[in-house]
Amino acid sequence: MAKILDQPRYKCALAAMQTVQSITGAIPILHAGPGCGAKLGGGAGNSGHFSHNIFPCTNISEKEVVFGGEIKLKEIVENSLRVIDAELYVVLTSCTSEVIGDDAEEIARSFRDKGKPVIFASTPGFKGNNYLGHEWVIDSIIDQYLERSDEKIKGLINIWTGIPLHDPFWLGNLRELEKLIEELGLIPNTIFGHTRGIENLKNVPKAEFNLLVSPWLGLSNIKKLENKFGTPYLHYPVLPIGATETSKFLQAVGDFTGVNKKKVEKIIEKHEEEYYYYIERFADVFLETRVMSKRFTVVSDSQYSLALTKFLVNDLGLFPAKQFIIDDAPEKYRKAIEEDFEELNYGIKAEVEFSVDGFKIHNEIKNTDYHGYPLILGSSWEKNVAKSTEAHYLAISWPINERLVINSSYVGYAGGLKLLEDIYSVVLTRFN
Amino acid sequence: MAIDFKISSVGTRENRLGSITGYSGDLHDIIHQSRCGTLKNKERCFSQSSTCNAMCALGQLSGIRDIAIINHAPSGCTAVASGINVNNNQLATKRGISNNTVFLGTDMDENDTVFGATGSLKEIILETYNRYKPKAILIGTSCVSGIIGEDVDSVVEEVKKEIPESIPVAAVHCEGFRSRIWATGFDASDHVVLSSIVKPPKKKTNKINFKNFYESERKQIIEIFSNFGVEPVFFYQNSTIEELEQLSEALATVSICGVLGSYLGNGLEQKYGVPFVKTINPLGIAGFETWLRGIGSAIGKEKEVEAYIEREREIYIPKIEEVKKELRGLKAVLGMGPGYTYEVSRVLQELGMEVVWAASWHYDKIHDNEELPAPLKYLEENSKDNFKVSVADQQNFEILNIINHYKPDIYFSRHPGTTVWAIKQGAAALCVNDEYMIFGYKGTLDFAYTVLDTIKNRSFEKNLASRVKLPYTEWWYKQDNSTFLTSEGK
Repeated sequence: MAKILDQPRYKCALAAMQTVQSITGAIPILHAGPGCGAKLGGGAGNSGHFSHNIFPCTNISEKEVVFGGEIKLKEIVENSLRVIDAELYVVLTSCTSEVIGDDAEEIARSFRDKGKPVIFASTPGFKGNNYLGHEWVIDSIIDQYLERSDEKIKGLINIWTGIPLHDPFWLGNLRELEKLIEELGLIPNTIFGHTRGIENLKNVPKAEFNLLVSPWLGLSNIKKLENKFGTPYLHYPVLPIGATETSKFLQAVGDFTGVNKKKVEKIIEKHEEEYYYYIERFADVFLETRVMSKRFTVVSDSQYSLALTKFLVNDLGLFPAKQFIIDDAPEKYRKAIEEDFEELNYGIKAEVEFSVDGFKIHNEIKNTDYHGYPLILGSSWEKNVAKSTEAHYLAISWPINERLVINSSYVGYAGGLKLLEDIYSVVLTRFN
Repeated sequence: MAIDFKISSVGTRENRLGSITGYSGDLHDIIHQSRCGTLKNKERCFSQSSTCNAMCALGQLSGIRDIAIINHAPSGCTAVASGINVNNNQLATKRGISNNTVFLGTDMDENDTVFGATGSLKEIILETYNRYKPKAILIGTSCVSGIIGEDVDSVVEEVKKEIPESIPVAAVHCEGFRSRIWATGFDASDHVVLSSIVKPPKKKTNKINFKNFYESERKQIIEIFSNFGVEPVFFYQNSTIEELEQLSEALATVSICGVLGSYLGNGLEQKYGVPFVKTINPLGIAGFETWLRGIGSAIGKEKEVEAYIEREREIYIPKIEEVKKELRGLKAVLGMGPGYTYEVSRVLQELGMEVVWAASWHYDKIHDNEELPAPLKYLEENSKDNFKVSVADQQNFEILNIINHYKPDIYFSRHPGTTVWAIKQGAAALCVNDEYMIFGYKGTLDFAYTVLDTIKNRSFEKNLASRVKLPYTEWWYKQDNSTFLTSEGK
C-alpha cells in the first residue's frame, strides 16, 4: 500500500540497471519510459564506460501504452546488438512495461535462442526497491547466463557485498575485501569494476566458495549459487571496519576455507601492530576532545548501520544511541539483524529500528539526549537534523550530494583509519 | 490556439504545437517545413534513455519556497528528492533566505497497481500538510498513476475541503510516457501556477516577471533593471507563493530561455494582458541588445535602454572584438535543448565561429503565440551558412557519430551527462550549464575566453581519450547518423 516516502533513501528496482552497468562489458536495455534512466542514474561515479545516456531504452510513449511495446523492444534489442559494443545485454522491465503486459522475457529468450547474449530481469519499480532489484538482476544472471562447469579452481572465492554505485564506497570496499582475502592465500573473484567483468562472471561457477559480506542483501543469490553449482557459502553479516572487526573477519574466512590458523594469526598480528601504531599516535585526538560526547546514531542501510555500530563500539569505545535502518529490509531478515546489534563488547546492546520515514527518524533524534554533542552518520538528509542537534555529521550512504567519493574505502584496517580521519576532520572544525 | 486554463492537464508539445524529436536535415529545410506545415516527426528504431517531462514539471515547481511536492509514484520517481533538497538549501543560503520546501513520494507498490491508491494518497497529502504546513501542495502524477487511472483531480477536490482555503492544492499532470519532450513538463508546471496560484491583478507594479532556472545573475540583472526603474522577480527557484500570486500585476514577462518561458509568458499575456517579450535571448551581443530593446518597448523605457546600451558597448565591444580574432573559423557542433541550440548557434556565428552541426533535443515549430520561435526567425534571416540540423531527444549515439564524422574543434552541450562523451572521442567540449553563461556583454566576453581556454588546453581530453574504449561498435561509426530514423512517425 502506498505510504509516505519522506526523505527517500532508496530507489526502485529498476535502479538495478546500475548493477548491470558495474559489470564491465554488460549493458542494460531499459524497457521503460524516457525518464527512468535519468532519474535513477545518479550515484557514485556514474559517468563510466556506459552510463544511462548510453543505455538503450524503448522510451515508452502513449502509443506503446495503448498498443503494447513488444515490437518496439524487439527492434531496440536487435539494433542494440549492432550499435553497442558489449558482451552481455540485460533487458530490464519497468513499471510501465509490466503493467501493459509486454512479454520481455520471451523477447530476450528469442535472442538467446539465436546465440545472442541477451538476458532479462523483471524490475518494475512498484515491485520493490533497488536493494531487491539488485538481487533480482544477479538471480537472473545466475539463471540465464551462468553455465555449470565441472572445473573448480582451487582457492577461488567469489566475494559479494554492497550495491554498486548506490553505495558510495562500493568499489573501494570490494577492492579492500579482495586484498584481505588475497592475504589469506585465496584467489578473490569479483564481477564489478575495472578489469573484472564478464570473464570473472564466467568464473563464478568454478569457484570453491562464495563469500557474502552483508547482513541480508545477496543471501538469496548465494543460496541460488549453492543450489545450481553446489558452491558452499559463508554468510558474514558484518562489513569489517577497523582492527577488531577485520581480525574477526579474517579468522572467520580462514576457518571456513581451511586456512592454517597460525598463518591467519600472523597476518592479523602484523596488521594490528601497524594499525595501533597509528591509533597510539592519534589517541589524544580521540580522547581529549571537548566537543564530542560518547553517543552516536547511524541512519543508513543494514550494511552500514551494523558495520559502523560495530566499529564505533568495539574499536573506538563509543556508546550506541538508537540506530536506524532505512533499506526496508525484508521482514524475514530483521530478527537476525537485530541480534547482530546485540553482540557488542561488554554486553552492550544497541537498540535498532527499521524505518523508512525520515521525518519520524529525525524527530526521534531531536528528542534523544546524547549527553553532549552527538555523532550522526547518515546521508545528505541528516545534514539539517545534525545542525539542529549540534551534532558532528558525516554523510556515508546514499544520498550523498555534497561529498565526492572516488575509490576510498572504509573496509579493513586501512578503512577504519580512513573513517577516523573523516569523522575527526569534522570534529576538529569545532572547539568549545 | 489560445491557452485553455480550465483544463487540468496541459496538452503535450507534440499535440499542442506539433513539436518533434526526430529529424535530420538543415536549417533552411526545417524552417521551410515548419512554415509550410510539412514537418513531421520521425521515430527511431534504436533509441537511448533520455529524460521525462515529470522531472521538468516537478523539478521547476520544487524550487518555489516553503511548499510541498508529493510525487504519486513508485520510489524510483522520487529518487531526485535529495538533489532537489540540497540544491534548494544551497541556493537559498546563497541569498540569505530559507527554503523549507519538501519533495515527497507515495512509494506506490504492487498492490496499488491492482487496487489503486487514491485513499492512501489523500492520507499522505493530509499528513504532509500536518507535518510541514506548506504554503501550497502540488501532487505530481506518474506513469503508474496514469496507466492505472488514478483520479488525482478528485482527490485534490476532496483534500481542499479539509485544509485552509488559502493553501493552493493542485495536480500536476506529468506522466512520463505522455511526451517525449521533457519541455512539456515546463508547460505542466506553468499551467498549475497559472490556473491555481496566480491571482487577478489588484494593481500594476513596477516588476518584471523573470523566468529562469537558478537566478545566478540575479545581482547583475537587478542592477541593469534599476537603470530603467523596474525590478525583476525571479522564479521559480527561490520564489514565494505570494510573488507568484502577483505575476499578473507585472509590467512584462521575460524568460532566459524561450522553451522554458513560452507557456507562462504567453499565458500571462493572454489571460491578464501582461506583455511577453518574445525576442531572441539575451545571449551574445545581438541577443542582449534585441532583448533589452524588447523590454524597453514593452515598458516604455526605450531611451533609458539606448543610453544603457551605448554606455556598455563602449566598455565591452572592443574587448569582444579582440578575442574574436582568435576564435575565427573554429568549427563547432552543438547539442542542447532548442531554447539554447539556436541561440548559441547565433552567438557562435557572431563570434566568428562556424557551426557545422546543431542538434536540438526537440524542436518547436511554433510556440503558444503560434509563431516560429524568435531564434529560428533570426537564423533564417541572418545565418551566413545553411548548417546541418538534427533533432534528437539526447540520442548520444547520433551525436558521437556526428562528432566522429565532422571532427569539430569544440562541442557544446548543456544537459547533465552529455558533455563527457565528446571528450572521449578527443573533441574539446564545453558544458554551457549555467543559463546565464553567455548573458550580456560581459557574459559573452567571458564565454569567448572560456572557449579559447578550452581549446588551448586539451590535456584532459587527450589523456582520457587515449585510454578509453568507446561504447559503440566500429560498424556504427561507419553509418550515417540518421540511419535509425524511420521514414515517418506519428
